[in-house]
Amino acid sequence: MTILASLAIPLAGALAILLASRVSDNLRETMTLVTALALAWNVWSLLPAIMAGERPQVTLFEVIPGIDIGFAIEPLGMLFAALASGLWIVNSIYSIGYMRGNKEKKQTRFYVFFAFSLAATIGIAFAANLFTLFLFYEALTLLTYPLVSHKGDEKTLRSARVYLGILLTTSIGLLLPAIIWTYVVAGNGNFTPGGILAGHVEGPALGLLLGLFVFGIGKAAVMPVHRWLPAAMVAPTPVSALLHAVAVVKAGVFSVTKVIVYIFGIEHLFSTPSSGWLLYAAAFTIIVASLVALRQQNLKRLLAYSTVAQLSYVIMAAAILKPLAEIGASIHMVAHAFGKITLFFAAGAIYTASKKTEIGQLSGIGRRMPWTMTAFTIGALSMIGVPPTGGFVSKWFILAGAFQADNYVAIFTIITSTVLNAAYFLPIVFIAWFGRETEGAGAHHGEAPLPIIIALTTTAALTILFFLFNGPVIALEAQIFGGPSS
Amino acid sequence: MSALQAHLPALQVIVPMLTAPLVILVKERRLCWAATLLASFCALAIAVSLCIDVLHGDYIRYLMGSWPAPWGIELRVDAFSALLLLIVNGASSLALVGATASLDRDIESSRQPLFYAAWLLALAGLNGILVTADAFNIFVFMEISALASYVLISAGPNRRALPAVFKYLIMGTIGATFYLIGVGLIYLMTGTLNIADMELRIHEVADQRPILVAAGFITVGLALKAAVFPLHVWLPNAYTYAPNMVTVFLAACATKVSLYILLRIDFFVFQQNLSGHDFQFSYFLMPLSLLAILVASTVAMFEPNLKRLLAWSSVAQIGYITLGASLVSVAGITASLLHMFNHALAKGALFLVLACLGMSLRHLRIENIAGIAKQMPWTMAAFVLAGLSLIGVPGTAGFISKWYLITAALDSGPWGTALIAIIIISSLMAVVYIWRIVETAYFQPAAEQAVVSEAPLLLLLATWTAVALNFYFGLSAGLPVELADSAARLLMGHMR
Repeated sequence: MTILASLAIPLAGALAILLASRVSDNLRETMTLVTALALAWNVWSLLPAIMAGERPQVTLFEVIPGIDIGFAIEPLGMLFAALASGLWIVNSIYSIGYMRGNKEKKQTRFYVFFAFSLAATIGIAFAANLFTLFLFYEALTLLTYPLVSHKGDEKTLRSARVYLGILLTTSIGLLLPAIIWTYVVAGNGNFTPGGILAGHVEGPALGLLLGLFVFGIGKAAVMPVHRWLPAAMVAPTPVSALLHAVAVVKAGVFSVTKVIVYIFGIEHLFSTPSSGWLLYAAAFTIIVASLVALRQQNLKRLLAYSTVAQLSYVIMAAAILKPLAEIGASIHMVAHAFGKITLFFAAGAIYTASKKTEIGQLSGIGRRMPWTMTAFTIGALSMIGVPPTGGFVSKWFILAGAFQADNYVAIFTIITSTVLNAAYFLPIVFIAWFGRETEGAGAHHGEAPLPIIIALTTTAALTILFFLFNGPVIALEAQIFGGPSS
Repeated sequence: MSALQAHLPALQVIVPMLTAPLVILVKERRLCWAATLLASFCALAIAVSLCIDVLHGDYIRYLMGSWPAPWGIELRVDAFSALLLLIVNGASSLALVGATASLDRDIESSRQPLFYAAWLLALAGLNGILVTADAFNIFVFMEISALASYVLISAGPNRRALPAVFKYLIMGTIGATFYLIGVGLIYLMTGTLNIADMELRIHEVADQRPILVAAGFITVGLALKAAVFPLHVWLPNAYTYAPNMVTVFLAACATKVSLYILLRIDFFVFQQNLSGHDFQFSYFLMPLSLLAILVASTVAMFEPNLKRLLAWSSVAQIGYITLGASLVSVAGITASLLHMFNHALAKGALFLVLACLGMSLRHLRIENIAGIAKQMPWTMAAFVLAGLSLIGVPGTAGFISKWYLITAALDSGPWGTALIAIIIISSLMAVVYIWRIVETAYFQPAAEQAVVSEAPLLLLLATWTAVALNFYFGLSAGLPVELADSAARLLMGHMR
């Protein structure tokens, strides 16, 4: 029942937000926060049972013979749901500051679709089979469209068209055939420990099917299907922060990881040479996206390309096909989520306070916005993977997995990209703190509104806390490969 | 009640047919509407009841006047006809629920009783085609429904409907004549008109050539009536200039009934008797289906007139239906029949939305709906949701048929991949033509300060019922899947 409640709460919340908006804006925002809290409480209440090794599941109904809408919770999905629902609270606080600070129009639509998007995210996290996953995956694409196109001008619409176009093309064109192929050969699409494809698909066909899945899940942004992510940056920053650093993109890499672990089975993939290309595709994306990020002048676009690279970390870790690396993949989802949401919060805070969007304008801004830039610095360090931030932990696991598999390509990629990450983040941090402020445009501004500061401080703190207290997460994820943590 | 139960197949036709003259006598337009609606719902109830009886592959026989089968006229309802009965009567009932306001706009009140009578005759004709087991009877009912629908299409105020309907009349008559020639040839060789009897007697025919010629005539004639590409030219204009509610009714079911006859006669009579006919059938239909899907979707992407856009989309969707059938496998035919049902739902809902828009707009062109979502939020929300079903987003009815179609294509060997590619490309084309409308309605600034208000309640009710059905049958597709599967097994069961 708790599973279904997790879906129902954001849906009911959306309705409540809509009704509350008739009364007053304050009530509407209160409803958003209440919904976020209720959802997080509900999702997190599932956690102890999962930690104890239970795997609750529920089948809603049969769509067509042999295909159900069903939900089942396993460690990977639990982690993703807990992450998304937890950060929604912080993000809602931030949204209030941002949307009011920038006097955005159509705020009710914004909050309503935000709640809908969260419902779809939870659906993806808890899906028990490929069909259910696909249903919510497509729903998430469509429900975030109004958020991306929020501004409604011609430029925004063009970007939103790219967003929708790429995500729908890949999902209908590649993912759907992949799913149907799976159902046809394996007879079902249930996520099963150890995978369901062994003995059904072998040899080169397996590599092809993997390709259909990885590129079909366009939300994972493996090059060349990454273009939607920079395009999505036209959305208001809270959307970029929660959806395009956490919920949507993580839904992508989560789905890829889940498919690799529970549909293909890592042993089966590991013993089939034709699947080896995935590692190289991910490595290529990491390096190239980092290089592109180096050349960006717009802060949000830089963050977007950084996200593209960081997502492929998860894919690459998953593609190493060793248990330690799979754990690293799931931990990196969390670590990156904390770091990147902080960075986006900071970018939005800068925009709200000063209307600055380009990196060149940020000289000396650290003195005007110390809280914001401190948080930004912590986020940036986490992206690079410097202790004491969360990014270090996941890199540790991914590297350990790479050594376990003697995978030198992965090791080389991680080292190179660390250098590149430093090369594009550190200059920003440097000029923000030590640069000389340019005269003129919008010089007199202070910190961003209080809700924004609360939100970004929280996530920055989480980034550091995750370095110190990551035990439960690792214990949870270790359960993917048999029993409680070893 | 049980006495009536036995006569349901006959009542399916008789109820609407006898209501037609009554409606003309009544003359008061609201009463006429109520009578028509009542008759349509009765027919729907009969269809549902028949559906339940034949769900698992049984069939119901009914001998008119108790004359034994090859001599007297036999009615026969099986899963295939039941599925189509459901579509036809459902579409008619749903369209009628919302019809009043839209028809008051399009048709002067003195002519409305005649209009309703024509509607009922069209309904009776379509139902007749579906319940009868006699090839000549099919021709008769085909003419009844066709003549009535010519009247319906030309009933609107737009005078351009007249050339459109004239074209339809000529093409339709050619199609029906071809069918009649084919049936005549078979009658000449076998001496029977009962389809089941034909199936048996045709074995005894020594010279197969006339049968082959008959197959050619019947296939081409019905393809014409079903608007199979490239014989579709009558369709876009006929749908565009018809009164909005007529488009809802006919778009959802008229062409599908012609496809029904085509499939029924082909699989019952020809497939097992003509050697290599499955190849002929497949190679005739498959390339045409693929062309239909690609060409018509392309045209739809650039079409500014909304009704014609959806009409072109229908041509493409008919391509999906014939594509499934051209695979000549249980999976393929299941997909095909399922798509008949699901497409009727999606397209019916979309044309209902256009009827809503038509309440405020004189010209249904894409530039006229700029920014209209603000004044008509319910209408446009319905459009988005029904559009998703047409595209085939998971959770909607359209997705179910796409799933079955791709599964069937995967099963069909080396061709399969190419078919899947085309199915997918055309789905994406559907995204383009639907989203073009959505963007215009939601994001473009309204052109002039025209007074636009939300559509009347009954019309909205019908529209949203259709939308809800799209989602219901997208999430719980048991009934149509079972019917389509039974029907497909029935058809394939007649192959050697």
